[in-house]
Formats: sequence, C-alpha cells, structure tokens
Amino acid sequence: MAAADLAEVRARALAVLGGEPDDATLRRYLHGIPGVDAVGLEQRAASLATRSIKTSSKAWALDRIVSLIDLTTLEGADTPGKVRSLVAKAVSPDPSDPSTPRVAAVCVYGDLVGVARDALGAAHGDPDDGLVAVAAVATAFPSGRASLAVKLADTADAVAAGADEIDMVIDRGAFLAGRYGEVFEQIAAVRAACERADGTRASLKVILETGELHSYDNVRRASWLAILAGGDFIKTSTGKVSPAATLPVTLSMLEVVRDWHRLTGQRIGVKPAGGIRTSKDAIRYLVTVAETAGEEWLTPHLFRFGASSLANDVLLQRQKLRTGHYSGADYVTID
Amino acid sequence: MSFLDYAPAPESRSVLALREEYGLFIDGAWVPGRGEPFQTISPADESVIARVASGNEADVADAVAAARRAYERVWSKMSGRDRGKYLFRIARLIQERSRELAVAESLDNGKPIKESRDVDVPLVASWFFSYAGWADKLDYAGLGASPKALGVAGQIIPWNFPLLMLAWKIAPALAAGNTVVLKPAETTPLTALLFADIVRQAELPPGVVNIVTGAGETGAALVEHPDVDKIAFTGSTEVGRRIARTVAGTHKRLTLELGGKAANIVFDDAPIDQAVEGIVNGIFFNQGHVCCAGSRLLVQESIHDEVVERLKARLATLRLGDPLDKNTDIGAINSREQLERIRELSDVGVAEGAERWSAPCELPEAGFWFAPTVFTGVETSHRIAREEVFGPVLSVMSFRTSKEAVAKANNTPYGLSAGIWSEKGSRILAVADALRAGVVWANTFNRFDPTSPFGGYRESGFGREGGRHGLAAYLTPAGASTGRAASARRTASTSRRKGSAK
Repeated sequence: MAAADLAEVRARALAVLGGEPDDATLRRYLHGIPGVDAVGLEQRAASLATRSIKTSSKAWALDRIVSLIDLTTLEGADTPGKVRSLVAKAVSPDPSDPSTPRVAAVCVYGDLVGVARDALGAAHGDPDDGLVAVAAVATAFPSGRASLAVKLADTADAVAAGADEIDMVIDRGAFLAGRYGEVFEQIAAVRAACERADGTRASLKVILETGELHSYDNVRRASWLAILAGGDFIKTSTGKVSPAATLPVTLSMLEVVRDWHRLTGQRIGVKPAGGIRTSKDAIRYLVTVAETAGEEWLTPHLFRFGASSLANDVLLQRQKLRTGHYSGADYVTID
Repeated sequence: MSFLDYAPAPESRSVLALREEYGLFIDGAWVPGRGEPFQTISPADESVIARVASGNEADVADAVAAARRAYERVWSKMSGRDRGKYLFRIARLIQERSRELAVAESLDNGKPIKESRDVDVPLVASWFFSYAGWADKLDYAGLGASPKALGVAGQIIPWNFPLLMLAWKIAPALAAGNTVVLKPAETTPLTALLFADIVRQAELPPGVVNIVTGAGETGAALVEHPDVDKIAFTGSTEVGRRIARTVAGTHKRLTLELGGKAANIVFDDAPIDQAVEGIVNGIFFNQGHVCCAGSRLLVQESIHDEVVERLKARLATLRLGDPLDKNTDIGAINSREQLERIRELSDVGVAEGAERWSAPCELPEAGFWFAPTVFTGVETSHRIAREEVFGPVLSVMSFRTSKEAVAKANNTPYGLSAGIWSEKGSRILAVADALRAGVVWANTFNRFDPTSPFGGYRESGFGREGGRHGLAAYLTPAGASTGRAASARRTASTSRRKGSAK
C-alpha cells in the first residue's frame, strides 16, 4: 500500500515536471514558475486586510476560526497534565457556551500523542465531523537537522502512537543550497512513513519555515516542491522562528494551491502558524483564503490556524457578540 | 450564508454637514452666482445632494479681480516661509477632515469609499504637504535664484478625481506665489466647495483661492479672461484643443493634462499574480475614469490565454455597488452622459468583432452602472483600441516580440502613461526607453506621488504636474520678460479698477 501510494506521487510529479524529480529537473521547473513581485504581493495583502466585516459575517467567521484552529503546545516543558488540559479546552473551548464549535486538532510533540488520544476519548476523530484530531510534529522539529533515518523514526513513532496528522519540517539548508531533489525525497519518504499498519495514512503537513526562506520566490518554490513531493498541507512556520506566518506569505501559498488545483484538480491545504493572535487578524486570513483560493477552502481539511493565543481572543469576541459587552481574560480558560 | 457576501458596511453620511445650497467662493466669502443654479446628484442613486450656483462671465471677472488684488497686495509680497505655513495648515486640515472629504467625494463622484479614503484624500494631503515644503525653496526649483510667480492662475479640473485634481492644481500654484480661480467640474463640485471652507478655516487671505462652479461656459469665461496669466486644464482632449486655440497668441501660459489610451504590456516572465492585480488596478481603479488608465492590455502571445483566464477569475471577485460601502471595489459611473458613451463604445467593440466578457455582477436599478468588461480579440484598428472609453472597459491584444509590443503601444495619438510587467530589469529599462509616454510604470500601475512629475505627450497634453517640474509650471525665471501682453493687461486692469471706483 505504502509503495503504491508513493509510486502515485512520483508518477504525478513526473507528469508535472516532465522528468525525474532530481535537482536539475526540479530547479528548471521551480525557477520557471512565474516570480513574485514583493511590492505587489504586499499591496494585495494589505488591500485584502481592509475588508470590513460586520456582525452577521463576523459571527460566522468567529465560529469558523475556532473550528479551524490547531490548538498547540510545543514546549520542551510540556507535561501530560498540560496536554490533558489542552485537550479539555479543544473539546469544550468555552464552557459557558456549549454552542462553541470544537477546534480542529490538538498539536503536540510525538511523545505526547498517546496522552492526547486518551484524553480525547470519544471526541477524537475527523474535524470535518466536528471531532478533534491529534497532530504531532515530527522530523526533528523545529530545526529539521537530523539524519533521514532519525526523521523517519520520529514520524513512524508518532503515527504508531496514533497521530492523525504529521507536521514535518523541511530541510531548509538543503533547500537554500538548491538541493531540491533531496528535499523532495525526504518529504516523499516522510509521507511513506505516515502509513499506518492498516494501510491508511496520517495526513502530512509540510512546514516550510518561511521566515528562513527570505524571499517570496523561495516561499513559492518551496510550496510547489512540498506539493509535488506529496504534502497534503503546506504550513508556514514552526512558531519557533520570527517572522512566522504573515498575510503576504500566506497569500502567496494560497496562490500556489489555487494554481495546483487548476493544474491537477487536487486541493491542498494551507496552514499559517505562529503570530496570529487576534480575531481581527484571523478574519483577514479568512478573507484572503476566500478571495484567493475560494470559500470551499474554509474547511478543516483545507485550512488551519496554528495558534495557541488566538483561541482565547476569538472566544472573548464570541462572548461579546452574545452578551453585547466585553468580558476579561479571566472569562476564558488558560490552556 | 456565504462569508464572501460580508454584511453591508456603509460609511456614515452623518460626518458630512451639507448645506442645501452652495454659492461661489470669491474673495474669501460666499456669494450667489448670476448664472442658472444646478443640482449635483449622487451617481449611485441619482438623489440630489445640493444645489450649486453657476458663475457667469461677470462672476468670473469678480473672481479674477479678487485673485489679482490678493496677488498684488498680499500673496506675492509674502515670504515663501509664510506661504508655506498656510499650505501646511491646509494640509493638516485636510487630514483632520479626511473622513468627511472621503464621504463627500464618494457621494458626489460615485467612486468607492475605500479609494477616496485610502487613495484620494491621503494623496491630497501629501500634495499640500509636499508643496508646502517647496514654498520657501523656490530658488532650488531649477529656474535659477528668485524665480517669480506668474500671477493669477485659472484652473479647470475634471470629475474623475475632483479633490485630487484640485490639490494638483492649487498646491503648486500657491507655493509658487500665484493666486487662483478654480472651476470644478459641474458633476462633482462638492469637495471643492468643502475645500473653500478649509481655506476659510486656514484663514488664508481673501482672494488667494477662489472657487467658481459652473459648466463649460463658466470655464470658457475663465480661459478667455484677459487678466489671467496661466491656464491649467485637466480634462478631455477635445476641450483641451479649444482652450489651446483660445489661449494661442495671448500672454497666457498653458498646461494641459488630456486623455490617454495607455498600454499595459505583460511579458511572459512577468510576476503573473501581481500582473493580474496590476491590470485590475490599471483599468478598473476608479471605474476606469482615469486618464492614465491601462485600457489597452498587451500580453505576450505565449501567456495570453492564461492571463485572460486568471483575469476573468479575478474580476469575478470584484464587488460592485454602493460607493459608501467599505467593501465596494467598483462604484458608479459618474454621469448618465458618461455611461451612454461607455455603452456606445462597447457596442462598437462588439460590432467590430471583438469578443465581449463582463464580470457577473448584479447592477443596482437606480444610478449609473457598468460592469467591468474585457474585450478579447481586439485589433489595433478597432475603435475600442484607439479611442478613450474612460470607463471600466479593457481591450486585450497580444504581441510576440518586445519590438512589436513597443510598436503597438506607441501606435496611438496619446502618450500619457504605460506599464511594463517583467522580472527582467534590462528589458524593463529598454522598453521604457522606447515607449512614448509621460509616465511608465514597471511592475505596478496607477501609482501617484507628489514628488514625481506627471504629464503627457502629443494628444495627452503638455506640461508636468507634481514634483519640482510641477512647480516650474507656475514660475518664471527672475528677470524674464513678462512680455508686452502682460504690461498691456496691467494697464487694462488698472483702468478697470479706476472705472469701478467711479
């Protein structure tokens, strides 16, 4: 099964690239994609950020944002207790309002996947059905600096522990050095490692760490590379590097998934992560998604927010819409 | 519901304290006009906004006389530093009243509030700030030490950017030491009348700025008035020709900003998503009511179909409707007359065999509306490729080589602006060099800056506005002869004053 899946990815890449996914072919292809004009991209992002969202759209947007959040804890000091607390919040984000949707997933380190699964219990499942998935970061997160064998073992461990989604990091060093073939092979191998014993596969989010790629052209190329190699999602950042997600970077990635859909009919997800703290910010992302890739992208299997502090601001805004006044930080739970 | 419907987010009209009736602003005071008053309406729903006075020949003469007095007694004697203070004050007042001005502009012109709020009014303020800084530095305008003002400037502005064009005209004129009589367009006089209030608030000496509203005859009276030293006109080429004929042989200086039929050239290595945005901004900004609009799209043949496809997908996301809604991208056509012209030329396009595609937007029932429209299969001989439509209508043509692109781009009687989209810097420079256009934008379009000169070639007019060059249009080098006509005019104006004293 794993072999067949991998062969399929390779065949698709071969068809799109017109050759084997080696350094030279990938360079020709990735550098042949139309460039990004930084000034123009930033102007477009700025103009999307000026959309004015009033009450009824805002209510819809806030609920949608909650359902698109990957509630995340990625600290060295994480404990099983902290993960259980995070899970409780994921299942019932606002105890004062049972109509609050659940978040899409909890995102933890691989060794805590089991804890998260146990804590979720019956609430565990597909976020498209209103349940909560478990995502795990793997592949020597956040630096990605380890041998492929270690990265694959890291991934396999998390999958075996029951992770539904794997957030991998790309090897930025190899990418910046132009060793595109190596990055491709690593992503494809990690995808293969996402296979479960029963033949199903954990969804693969590929973290580009855009803050270390330095140009929008690189972001665009890395996005294409990640999709060609079989990523189900492209994700901006680990949250450990500044700048993390920005609106222009996310816009350029959305343009890539839109173009990939035009090319192949396949829909790839996008996940901006890190730095999105307020509802107002998050709404700007929703607008950008809807006006770039289309409204059909605003579902948990095609768009996520990687954020920990965003949830509380959204909950406060929801309470405000319900009650007509703002409460304080103590009216929502800490993680 | 669909998220993309958003909820209506109309800007409040309550920030605007409108009077029912407006007079002429002459010599620092409101006076009734002697012509037949007219109504200014909102093009979005045809509702009446206010009644506006119309100035006849006698009113224009009063305004010019007031400007002359203010020039000779106060403004030309004042130090540049002090003139600068007044201009800075005006600039700050524009910023303080920006919301009100934006609402008034969108109401009267039909342009979306996001453009009046985010583009027009900030530029208006920056124009005054920029020229305020020049007022005491005229020695560095490139005309030698102590250049002199011209005197009284008669200025006629169009309806597409009413307040911005006012700023382009008034700011450099005042900074250089001239006094002005300005005639706004008859369909959009509102913001000029609000500006008159700002002039009063800034306590500018009476007569330095005079606003005379009215239609074509009012403008003609201003152009013909013997005591005007400079005419600055922005508008159609047809009217520009008439003005040039009238002014020919007199002492009057003249600058004309006329029509355009700009080429927006997209090469196959362009940053494609930004190019599509640039095409949208080039022709659909301000409903295409832009003299420098990129109304001819020249796309390299190899990417023609892809660009058109992406462009149509993008246009389908544009929101057309209430100009005061903050989410509106495309507002109303300024007048019924203009709408008729756009319709007529679009029909001509179809008759000539071009393929017409319009964005799928619902048009409101009242008011003047035209959906963003793209013509493909346009040939260079088609009227829609040659005549200025001045509306949201784009004509798409293709080319194979950059030589062909340049030849097609230059094949127009106009020469105001052009755009180039390419990732290759050497190509941008080479093509820009070969284009006959006053402004060439690279990887952007329709960007304006007070420090950058703007103006055209051939039927797009002459003279430059903006920057140091724009200042030079209101100055003459020290010691330059003012000419026989000027001295004759002085005598004439002196005797007129004596006459009125009797």
